[in-house]
Amino acid sequence: MSLKITSKVENQTALLSIAGEVDMCSSPEARKEIAALVKKEIPRIVIDLSGVGYMDSSGVATLIEGLQMCNKYDGKLVVAGLRDNVREVFELTKLDKIFEIYEDAEAALTE
Amino acid sequence: MTKTIELHLTSDPPLLSVMRAAVSKVCEIAGFDQMDTSKIILALDEACSNIIKHAYKGKTGQSIIITCRIKPSRLEFILEDEGEPADVKKIKSRPLHEVRPGGLGVYLITSVMDKVKYSDGTEVGNRLFMYKQRPKDAKK
Repeated sequence: MSLKITSKVENQTALLSIAGEVDMCSSPEARKEIAALVKKEIPRIVIDLSGVGYMDSSGVATLIEGLQMCNKYDGKLVVAGLRDNVREVFELTKLDKIFEIYEDAEAALTE
Repeated sequence: MTKTIELHLTSDPPLLSVMRAAVSKVCEIAGFDQMDTSKIILALDEACSNIIKHAYKGKTGQSIIITCRIKPSRLEFILEDEGEPADVKKIKSRPLHEVRPGGLGVYLITSVMDKVKYSDGTEVGNRLFMYKQRPKDAKK
């Protein structure tokens, strides 16, 4: 199952919107898109996950990788719009303490 | 009375979504709510992903059999593959304080399910047994 991914960059902030199920099959697509933004050293990357109905540990690993790459150039990667089951994965893995999590993309963009 | 469902799939990552849909229905029949169903699906998905990655080293077209047993008190799963046997002593998750990609699959499986047991000493393949207690108010 492929993901639907869109991205736009405005005022030094990137909004990457992901829709679909993020698993070992589809997470490389997300990884590629995040890596492209990181390569441009965009100061703030907002990942909108409101369209993600499922995420496994490979999806989580993709986000951790993005966060760590961002940290290397003092950038910031935040996530927004987590559905309950995706939020649960963050909580189970204690990543809710590592990532900045916003209610929705709008809140993350206006921060 | 035990209700049994057997799922046969090959080690092709796109089939994981089919497995998830089937397990979702099994959980529904067993009386789990949406949140527990999501967690059980996650555990099964992680277990199948591990079979594909580690037992079959990413080789597609190989056998994975998932037996689901809805028992009066619990929902059991047995996952069997014919890949490289794992060294059970080496199966572990990374410490959560080490924030790095990977190593969370086993942690998620063990934190979601009530019991997880890997068979040891097999010459070919692996067998993973796990279960979760059914909700007390579930229709038996």
